[in-house]
Amino acid sequence: MEIRKPKIKSVPYDEFKDNDTLEKLTEQLNQGGTNVVLGNLDWAINWGRSNSLWSLTFGTSCCGIEFMAVGCARYDFSRFGFEVTRNSPRQADIIMCAGTITNKMAPVFKRLYDEMAEPKYVVAVGGCTISGGPFKSSYHVVRGIDEIVPVDVYVPGCPPRPEAILYGMMQLQRKVKIERFFGGANHKMNAQEREESMNLKGLHGLSNENLAFEKLLHKEEPIIVKDGVTKEQVEQLGKDLDQLSAKENDKDEKVENPDQQKQTPVTSSTKTNKDQGDTPAA
Amino acid sequence: MFDFGIVTRWFDLLLRQTCGLGNFWSIFIECVVVLLIIITLYALLAIALIFMERKVCAYFQCRLGPMRVGPWGIFQVFADVVKMLIKEIFPVDKSDKFLYYLAPILVITASIGTFSFLPWNKGAGVLDFNVGVFMITALSSIGIIGVFMAGWGSNNKYSVVSALRGAIQMISYEMSLGLCLVAAVTLTGTMQVSGIVDYQAQGWLIFRAPLPAIVAFLIFLIAGNAEANRGPFDLVEAESELTAGYHTEYSGMGFGFYYLSEYLNLFVISGIAATVFLGGWMPLHIGVAGFDHVMDYIPGFVWMLGKTFVLVFFLMWIRWTFPRLRVDNILKLEWKYLMPLSLLNLVVMTVCVVFKLGWHI
Amino acid sequence: MKLNNITFPFDDFAKEMAKLKNEKHFDYLVTIVGEDFGEEGLGCIYILENTQTHDRMSVKQIARQIGEDYVLPTIFSIWRDGELLEREVYDFLGIKFLGHPDMRRLYLRNDFDGYPLRKDYDMSPEHNRFPETDEPETDWTEEYNLNKYGELVKTTRRLIQPDEFTVNIGPNHPSTHGVLRLQTVLDGEQIVHVFPHLGYIHRGIEKMCEDYTYPQTLALTDRLNYLSAMMNRHALVGVIEEAMGIELSDRIHYIRTIMDELQRLDNHLLFTGCCAQDLSALTAFLYGMRDREHVLNVMEETTGGRLIENYYRIGGCQADIDPHFVQNVKDLCKYLRPMIQEYLDVFGDNVITHQRFEGIGPMGLDDCINYAVTGPAGRAAGWKNDVRKYHPYDLYDKVEWKECIRNHGDSMDRYYVHIDEMYQSLDIIEQLIDNIPEGDFYIKQKPIIRVPEGQWYYSVEGASGEFGVYLDSKGDKNPYRLKIRPMGLSLVGAMDKMLRGQKIADLIATGAALDYVIPDIDR
Repeated sequence: MEIRKPKIKSVPYDEFKDNDTLEKLTEQLNQGGTNVVLGNLDWAINWGRSNSLWSLTFGTSCCGIEFMAVGCARYDFSRFGFEVTRNSPRQADIIMCAGTITNKMAPVFKRLYDEMAEPKYVVAVGGCTISGGPFKSSYHVVRGIDEIVPVDVYVPGCPPRPEAILYGMMQLQRKVKIERFFGGANHKMNAQEREESMNLKGLHGLSNENLAFEKLLHKEEPIIVKDGVTKEQVEQLGKDLDQLSAKENDKDEKVENPDQQKQTPVTSSTKTNKDQGDTPAA
Repeated sequence: MFDFGIVTRWFDLLLRQTCGLGNFWSIFIECVVVLLIIITLYALLAIALIFMERKVCAYFQCRLGPMRVGPWGIFQVFADVVKMLIKEIFPVDKSDKFLYYLAPILVITASIGTFSFLPWNKGAGVLDFNVGVFMITALSSIGIIGVFMAGWGSNNKYSVVSALRGAIQMISYEMSLGLCLVAAVTLTGTMQVSGIVDYQAQGWLIFRAPLPAIVAFLIFLIAGNAEANRGPFDLVEAESELTAGYHTEYSGMGFGFYYLSEYLNLFVISGIAATVFLGGWMPLHIGVAGFDHVMDYIPGFVWMLGKTFVLVFFLMWIRWTFPRLRVDNILKLEWKYLMPLSLLNLVVMTVCVVFKLGWHI
Repeated sequence: MKLNNITFPFDDFAKEMAKLKNEKHFDYLVTIVGEDFGEEGLGCIYILENTQTHDRMSVKQIARQIGEDYVLPTIFSIWRDGELLEREVYDFLGIKFLGHPDMRRLYLRNDFDGYPLRKDYDMSPEHNRFPETDEPETDWTEEYNLNKYGELVKTTRRLIQPDEFTVNIGPNHPSTHGVLRLQTVLDGEQIVHVFPHLGYIHRGIEKMCEDYTYPQTLALTDRLNYLSAMMNRHALVGVIEEAMGIELSDRIHYIRTIMDELQRLDNHLLFTGCCAQDLSALTAFLYGMRDREHVLNVMEETTGGRLIENYYRIGGCQADIDPHFVQNVKDLCKYLRPMIQEYLDVFGDNVITHQRFEGIGPMGLDDCINYAVTGPAGRAAGWKNDVRKYHPYDLYDKVEWKECIRNHGDSMDRYYVHIDEMYQSLDIIEQLIDNIPEGDFYIKQKPIIRVPEGQWYYSVEGASGEFGVYLDSKGDKNPYRLKIRPMGLSLVGAMDKMLRGQKIADLIATGAALDYVIPDIDR
C-alpha cells in the first residue's frame, strides 16, 4: 500500500513550502512497496511519533527566548503536544538548536546529539544555526550547525517569529509522518551502515532515517556564490541557455504531430514553468 | 448499594461449576484475570491522569494545552505512549547493569502493589488483608529503594545527588504518613481496608471525629505529596536544578515506568486519603433517611473515582502554584513540625475514641 | 565621557593604583580595556570611579615586553572584579598579569592558539575551524611573577584537590539563562567553590566590529543582552554621538527614554518569570511572559521587532513612532500597574519564596563595590549606583523618579528591587508619554561616518547593571577598538563569594536573582 500524503490538522497541504522534497521521498519509499499490515502499523506509529515530539531544552542565545515565547500562553506549542521539554537528552526526541553555536560549544553540542536516543531529529532555529547568521565573519562561530549534526528542518529568521517556529515544527511533523518505521528507523545500525553514514557526512554520522533519506535524495551541495560575476561568465551562460532551449524545441517538434504545419518555435522565455513541467520527458 | 460481589461470585461459580475446573485452576484463572484488569486500569488511569495534568496545568497558566491530537486533544497521551514504547533502549556503558535494570521494576512493583489496595466498590477490592493499611506503607517503601538504585546505578553525579535527596525525603515523610494512618486506624478499630470503609457507613471519618481526623487528613495529604515527589517537594526530580535527576540515564520504556508511576503514585495517595478519610466508595450519609437513600443509588466506584479525582485536582493545583522547597526546608518541615503534630494528633484521636467525643463514635 | 588617560611608570604601577583607591577613594573599577595600541605595544586602560563623588578617571598602562611575553602588574588585590577582567585581557591579548593567582584563559578554550584581539590575528575561516574534540581539562592553574633578575617565573597551583566532588552545572542547563558552565566543588549539598567557565557563546563581536563601519557595528548590539536590546544600542549610539558631538532633538531624547523604560519593563517581567521558573513555580513564569507580550506588542508596532528591535541609529531613531504609540503605551501602563501586584501575590510574597530567597547569596555593600556588582543586585545591598541618576543622559535628570535602594543584599532584596524598578519605570513613562515634542526623529548624518580621534566611554543603565561602551578611534570609518563593558561579568565573578557555604539550590536561586544573560557576558 502507498505511503500517504502527510496531513496536518487544519492546515491545507498546499500551503506548505517545499512539498517537492517530501513527494520525492514518498515516491522513492513507495517504490519498494510495503505490505498492508506493516504499512498501516507504520502509519499508526508515525502518527504517535509525530504528535509527541519532545524537545531537549537547549537555547543558547536570543532564539532561546523566542523558543520560550512559543511555549508561553500566547503562542502555546502545547496545543501540538510539544510542551513536554525534557532536560535529559536520553528522553528527548528532537533538539531545537535555538541560538548560535560557537567553536567552544560545538563538541558539547555534538555530544548532546550523540546522547540522544533514536529516533531523533534536529531543528535549526534562527540564522546563526543555518549559516552563522550575523556572526558569519567571526573567528569563534560555527557557520551552520549542519557541519556538526544532520539537520531536518531549517527555520530562518533572526529571531524567527514564534509562528515561524510553529511552522517549522509542523514541517517536521510532516517529515516524520512519511518515514518508514519498520525496517527503516527502528533497527540498530550495523557496521556497514555506520561506515556508510560516516563516509557520507564525515564528522558526524547520520541517524537511521537520515541515512535512508540521504541515499534516496542525493542532495547536492548548495551553490555558494563567492566572487563577483564576470562578463565572460554571463556570455557563457547565455550560450548554455540557448543550447538548452534549442534542445527543448527539437524535442517539441519530434513529439508534435508531424502532419501538422510547422509552427513557429516557441522560445523558452514565453513558456511558463507549468508548461515546461508538462513537457513529456525524453 | 450495588454490590460488586454479585459479579465476582458469578464468575467464580462459572469457573467452578460450569467449566468444572478444580480449586487450583479456577483460582489461577481468577488471579490472571484480576492481574490483567489491574494492569489495564493502571495504564488507563495513568493516561487519564497525564492528560488531566496537562490540561489542568494549561488552564492555570492561561493557555490551552493539547488540542490538536483528536478532538480537544484527548488522544495526546496515546501518542506519547506509542512514542515511548518505540524509543531506543540502550544500556549505559559504565553503569551498574543489575541495579540499572532492576530499579524501574521495583518502582513499578511498588506502584502497582499499593494501587491494588484501593477499594473500588462494595465487594470490588483486590487486596484485602487484615493488615491492609500496614501493607500499603510497607509496599511504598520498595519504591524508595528503586529510586535510590536508579540514582546509584546510573553512574552519573547528578543522579546520585538527586537519589540521595530522594531517599532522605521519602524516608522522612513515611513517618508522618504512617502516623496519620495509625490515627485513623485508632478510630476505626481495624486495619483492613474494607473494614475501614464499612466503618464509615454512618459518616465519613472527617465528620465522625472532626478535629483530629481533619488534621490527620491534611497532614496525610502533605506527607503523601512528599512521598510521591510531587508539588513543592519535587526536588528529587528538580527540573531546573539537576536536569532530570535520578532518571537522567533512562530512555524508552524504563523512563516510561518512572513517568507512569509518578502519576499513579499521586493517584494512589489521593485514593488512600479518599478511602481512609473520606469514606472510599461509601456515599455521603448525613442521617436523613431520604437523602441517604438517594445517595445510595449512585454506584460506589463513581463515589470513589470522584473523590479521588477531586483530591488529585487539589494536589495538582498546589503543584502548579507553589515554588519548590529546598532540602533543608523539607526536612525541617517534617521533623520539626509535621511529626510532632501528627504525634499530638494521635493522642487527641485516642482521647476522642476513649471518651467517645465526636459524632456516632 | 572623553578619556584623558594618566600613566604611571611600570614599577610604581601597583603602588599608585593602590593609592588611587585608598587615598583618593576610587573604589569602583568600572572596566579594564585591553588594547593593541599598535606601535606603542599592548596595554590596558583602567576606568575607575569614586563612588561618593561619582567622578571618573582613566589610567593607561603599556605592558612591558619580556622576551615573547607581555606583562603588567595585577590589581586583583585592590579591586576584586579585576580577577575576571584581567583573565579576559590575558585571553584576548596575551598580557600576563604578575601576581594574579589564577592566570588562565577565560572565554576561549585552553588549547586555543593565538590571541584574537591583537592586530596580527588571522581571521580567515580556515584558521578558525571549530574543534572536534573535547576541551582538555586540568585541575591546575598558573601564576606569573618576576624574580629578582626581572625574568618571568611561572608557578602552578592546584585549583581542585584530588578528592573533591565536582559537579558541572551547565553548559546545557535549563536554569543558567544561556550557556554558562559553573564548575562547582561540593561537600554533600554545600558549595565549597564555584568556578565559572565562560565563552560558550563567545561570538567575537568586539573583533568583528573592528572590520565594520560604524553603522554596521550597530547591528550586533541587540544580540548581546537581548532583553536590554534598546539600552545596549543606546550605549553604542551614545558613544558615537558623543564622540562626534551630535546634538539630538528633544523628540529623540523623549522617544529614547520611553523606549528604554519599556525595554526595562520587558526585562524585569522576564526576570520575575525566570525567578519563578528557576524555583519551579511555572505559573508565575507564564503570567510574567503573558504580560511581557503586551509590552512587546507596543514596541513591535513602532520598531518591527519583538526581541531584536534595531531601533536607534547614529543621529536618532530608525523611524518615527507609530501614530497609535502614545495611546497604546497609556493603555499598557494602566494594565500593567495592578498586574505587578499579582506577581507578588502569586510568587513574590509566598512564604516558600521567602524561604528560598532570604539570606541567600548575600553580599554586603563594600563587597559589592569591590566586586563591581552594579545594577539592581548592587542596589539591593545599598550601593547607589544608578547610572541614570549619577551620570544622567537623555531625560533622566528632568523626570521625577526614585532610585530603588534596599539594604540586605540578599536575593529577596534583589527581587524586590526589580519590582520597585518596574513601578518607577511606569512612573517615568507616564510622565513623558503625553509630552513628546514635535521635531526630527533623525538628524541627518553624512553617508560615511567618521569619528574624530580619541577615546571615549559612555555608559547607560542596562536592565541588570551598568552597560558601557569604550571607543578608540583613529579618525577612520571603522573603530580601532570597541570594547563593551558587560553587565553580567562582575555578577558571575562575585558568585563564588556569594555562595560560600550555601547549597546547590541556593546557587540556582542566586543565579536567578542576579539576572545575568550569558551572551552579554561572553559577547
